[in-house]
Amino acid sequence: MARMKSYGSQLFLPLSVLAILILVNLIKGSSYFSISIINGALYGNIPNILFGASELVILAIGMTLVTSSAGSQDLSVGVAATITSAVFVWVLLSAGKITWITILAAFLASCVVGILIGTFNGALVAALNVQPIVATLIVYTAGRSIAFLIDGKLSPILANNLTYEIGSEIPGVPIQTPIILTAVFVVLFAVLLRTTNLKLYSQSVGINQRAARLNGINPVRIKFLAFMIMGVCTAVAGFIAVTKAGRHDSVNLLKDIEMDAILAVAIGGSSLYGGKFSITGSIIGAYTIEVLNRTLLRLDVDPDAIKAFKAVFIIILMVIASPAVRELAGNGTKWVRDRLGGAVQIPTAIGEDAAVDPKSDISAKKEV
Amino acid sequence: MTFRSMSDRVESSTRSRGTGWIRLPKTVYLVAALLLAMAGIASAGGSSEKAAATSSTPSSLIKVGIVNLPPAESGYRQANVDDMNNVFSQANGYDAKQTNTGDNSEQIAAAEGYIRDGVNYLLISAANATGWDNVLQSAKAAGVTVFLFDRLIQTDPSNFQAAVVSDMRAEGDRALNWLLSQNLPVYNVILIRGQLGSAAEVGRSAPFLKAAADNKINIVADGTGGDSWSPAEARKVVEAAITAGKDFNVIYAENDGLAQGAVQALDAAGISHGKGGKVIIMGCDFNRFGLRNVQAGYWNFTNQCRPRQAAEISSWIKAHQSGAAFPSGIIYQKEIYADTSNVTDAMIQDQGINADPGKGVITK
Amino acid sequence: MQTENVLEMQGICKSFPGVRALHNVSFTLRKGEVHGLMGENGAGKSTLIKVMTGVYEKDAGHMMVEGKPIHFRSPEEAQDFGVGTVYQEITLCPNLTVAENMFIGRGRYAFVNWKRMKEKTTQLLGSFGIPARPTQQLSSCSLAVQQMIAIARAMDMDCKILILDEPTSSLDEDEVRKLFSLMRELKSRGVGIVFVTHFLDQVYEISDRITVLRNGELIGEYDASSLSQFELVSKMMGKALEDVSQMKRREPSARDGGEPVLEATGLSSAAGVRPFDFTIRKGEINGFTGLLGSGRSESVRAIFAADKVTGGEIKMNGKKVKISEPIHAMKLGIGYLPEDRKGDGIIADLSVRDNIVLALQVLKGFFKPLSRKQAEAFAEEYIEYLKIKAPSTSTPITSLSGGNQQKVILARWLLTHLQYLILDEPTRGIDVGTKVEIQRLVLKFAEDGVSVTFISSEIEEMLRTCSRLIVMKDRAIVGELTGENLTETDIMHVIAG
Repeated sequence: MARMKSYGSQLFLPLSVLAILILVNLIKGSSYFSISIINGALYGNIPNILFGASELVILAIGMTLVTSSAGSQDLSVGVAATITSAVFVWVLLSAGKITWITILAAFLASCVVGILIGTFNGALVAALNVQPIVATLIVYTAGRSIAFLIDGKLSPILANNLTYEIGSEIPGVPIQTPIILTAVFVVLFAVLLRTTNLKLYSQSVGINQRAARLNGINPVRIKFLAFMIMGVCTAVAGFIAVTKAGRHDSVNLLKDIEMDAILAVAIGGSSLYGGKFSITGSIIGAYTIEVLNRTLLRLDVDPDAIKAFKAVFIIILMVIASPAVRELAGNGTKWVRDRLGGAVQIPTAIGEDAAVDPKSDISAKKEV
Repeated sequence: MTFRSMSDRVESSTRSRGTGWIRLPKTVYLVAALLLAMAGIASAGGSSEKAAATSSTPSSLIKVGIVNLPPAESGYRQANVDDMNNVFSQANGYDAKQTNTGDNSEQIAAAEGYIRDGVNYLLISAANATGWDNVLQSAKAAGVTVFLFDRLIQTDPSNFQAAVVSDMRAEGDRALNWLLSQNLPVYNVILIRGQLGSAAEVGRSAPFLKAAADNKINIVADGTGGDSWSPAEARKVVEAAITAGKDFNVIYAENDGLAQGAVQALDAAGISHGKGGKVIIMGCDFNRFGLRNVQAGYWNFTNQCRPRQAAEISSWIKAHQSGAAFPSGIIYQKEIYADTSNVTDAMIQDQGINADPGKGVITK
Repeated sequence: MQTENVLEMQGICKSFPGVRALHNVSFTLRKGEVHGLMGENGAGKSTLIKVMTGVYEKDAGHMMVEGKPIHFRSPEEAQDFGVGTVYQEITLCPNLTVAENMFIGRGRYAFVNWKRMKEKTTQLLGSFGIPARPTQQLSSCSLAVQQMIAIARAMDMDCKILILDEPTSSLDEDEVRKLFSLMRELKSRGVGIVFVTHFLDQVYEISDRITVLRNGELIGEYDASSLSQFELVSKMMGKALEDVSQMKRREPSARDGGEPVLEATGLSSAAGVRPFDFTIRKGEINGFTGLLGSGRSESVRAIFAADKVTGGEIKMNGKKVKISEPIHAMKLGIGYLPEDRKGDGIIADLSVRDNIVLALQVLKGFFKPLSRKQAEAFAEEYIEYLKIKAPSTSTPITSLSGGNQQKVILARWLLTHLQYLILDEPTRGIDVGTKVEIQRLVLKFAEDGVSVTFISSEIEEMLRTCSRLIVMKDRAIVGELTGENLTETDIMHVIAG
């Protein structure tokens, strides 16, 4: 019970931001949530949002993990996904025949490459103690050239039904495949967090590396692991991106997505200095960014002004999410509760568990 | 040194079999080291110099220095670099060297090097339009003839002989004229621009914006693929128009990738397009996949942006040898368009850029 | 009379979600007095100080400095009114130099005169006899020196009110003398000093008056001369307590001669401790003692491989073992409660529950997470057992008081069912009541067959609990005392000799 509440309070801000955006969309047109079935698949704003944000969601999850343990961000995610997807395309096209088997093989190959890139970044960060932002700048800078070479200096084309179905929809399945893949990924990641101590370990390392070590955790390994998992995330995101695109464009594929992934983590309420994190928050953050982009289009914002609008909105977002405003909001809730004389229990949005812990309430009354 | 110290760390961390939940074999670290080395090479390879000729160069060859952008920049650039290498070959009587870098100062340094080497001709596609005055003047002083290709430089026209470029505005006009010749009862256009403010975007947008101002067409949605000309962004622009219930029958995208993203949005929404469809699809750049899509009637139109300026420059050089004078000033390339009626396999093979998916293959 | 009070606080209230930290507390500080502020863990001392210094805004109450009503909204404001503070946990910037720390946040100017800053620092360090260089990075100084730098910094800021929150807990006796003479000097200049400490003797040595808080409420204000130690302790504890000093010294038990649990030979570490031999037997409590910097902490850290081990051999239950990482020691049933609670002990933002189960969780392994229910049960069991004051198991550990944080870390190790527990300054900076509790627990562990190494700066505490003391000096063992020889005088002799 207490857990649900504390969990909810952490997610209150990203959720409220998302709600405000949706409200704006509803004001613009009440048909915002309407969903129809086209070609046997669900169609509408919601499916479009889920479809469009799939790569970002996956990369935001990896980014959250890296941020938590390494206390800094991985700038190479978009570029790494470009490399892994180049490998995917290369292996698939070299295989000659495109079947589910060769697609799976090519995907696994791209995962291996993703893990290798993660290992490389991890080696620099965890073993050589290079700042993650600096370390990942290497792949960021050189990666697209590497992808270009893997592409054989052309942008290869995946004109076939199977990869098209992965990037759009499989006949008879009412939900677009990238949405399903993203959901599967999120579920698998949730299982990973449930069946391992990844969260406890990386939070511990991120908060206090020395204490973590004195409690038997190997910080080097945890950071390595975070980057390797990030490698898998980039492979999956690259796979979805390239099947959506139908061809591999080493120059522009997933360009600048690293910034959105970092932003998603920040909106989700995890500190960019590492430590505690909320994967759910980051996922909501990713969808919020996607909704924001689409809202600006829906409001017919002039293309020249779109960047400025986005910047203003992000500033507002960050101000709302800032510790100072959180505290203020907490005081506000307290104020309201005081006025109501404790007759009504208002679930605090921001306060600690203690505020909603019935035990402590009783003890407080006793003392009065 | 770096590897040494790294492997030391590796030793200590593999030795400590702490929690025992994951063990990294040394090979993993080795591969990581290899990748590091690879990345080093790749980043160093940002500026590369390729000799089109072999080391033994007969004195009769014409010496040419080419300063160009890196092929990894775009499919257009790859075609452009290949074209330069093909035309200015030893077989054609040239001793040519090409430097490919996106860094303006590196480009200038390379140009200075070519001048010192005593080339006859210097061909430049500049990363930045400014900062070239000194090097162009020293070329002139050394008697080196300078041609600019693809990109112009802001300098006195006397500082170079001639420039061969694409006329982006003409590309926009060509697209608009083609569209207006379709004799549709109404033109409700979704405009999907490229990187805002780029020469291509400005030139390709202007005629459409003007036509809209003159009420010849309606622009029902005005979007952009952003700085990365992102197909995914183009898709979102069209999706926003569809879900907002906008009525449109033309999508004009300022490159083929944007057109592709836009069409994906139509397919998902079950809206027909291409030859005989509800929505006319217009791309740009002459990607071979775009041309094949036009050929299949999946799209209606794509516009050429010619990456091949080498033959034209070469013809001037050869003509000059037989006594003709060089042309001067800015010379626009002749460019064409492809629609479902005029597209041919030969056109796709010779004029297209990037990979060819093959005849009859649609790139969705 | 009015002007004699440099600081007056009346009816101060302050609450946090779920915790009422201060309720109607009054406090006065006269010019030129040292005023001891006493209270148990969580009595509200730290909160009161934070209200004084503008870190927290009070919910209710009045505050006057030199008769003028004021309301501090930030530490800077308090600083402007001449309130200087040295906190229990050093709050300087470890990665800046000594000189930078001396002057950071003080200038109202955009530009820094580095040369002058250095000269001024050299002068200050010299006048307080602090062994540090202005250009030295603060983190390279010992904790004691860092503390003194913090005090020097506050003293240099012309403050009228100096608040010293546990300033002596990391100082050795000689350094305490120096600090006290400085405090007397400041007293004579009319500075009012609020002195918070857990060392009863020190309070009586330096304080003029004593204010006692308990559970966020004011118990009373007393003249130090008219309040006996026993009275003070019972006012702090709120119950009749057997006098702390009456607590029986532990009689050597038969177990002390039992099987050796851990034997180390020629152990040395990168932290600079000289190769030493060490043995502990089943159910034995021994201690490392020596002056600050003698290497007592470094020795136990070497056993746990907290610092990089550079040589030596360890046998556990007679079998040779390899301990090169803390996890190896943990797997052999060794636990280590570090001296630096904030830097090495707690995982700050995590909950009390996560902090309690951490070591057990790591021992179970990466792929065997405790269920939420199990973790909750363990946490609740140990919160109950060690009487940890926490609103709930999901409270972040940082919102607990120091003593309760320490108990959480103790719980963490007890949960792992260990054979050998190393406690490095477990009672530092915590209140008398908890101190006694921890001592009792240590004795109980030993009864249960756990071997314990106990380190404390308070020699009496060690004499009460340990049956054997290893005396260290200059990072080497200089003697070992047992039985009859286990007295304060003997220790002094060994250290001096």
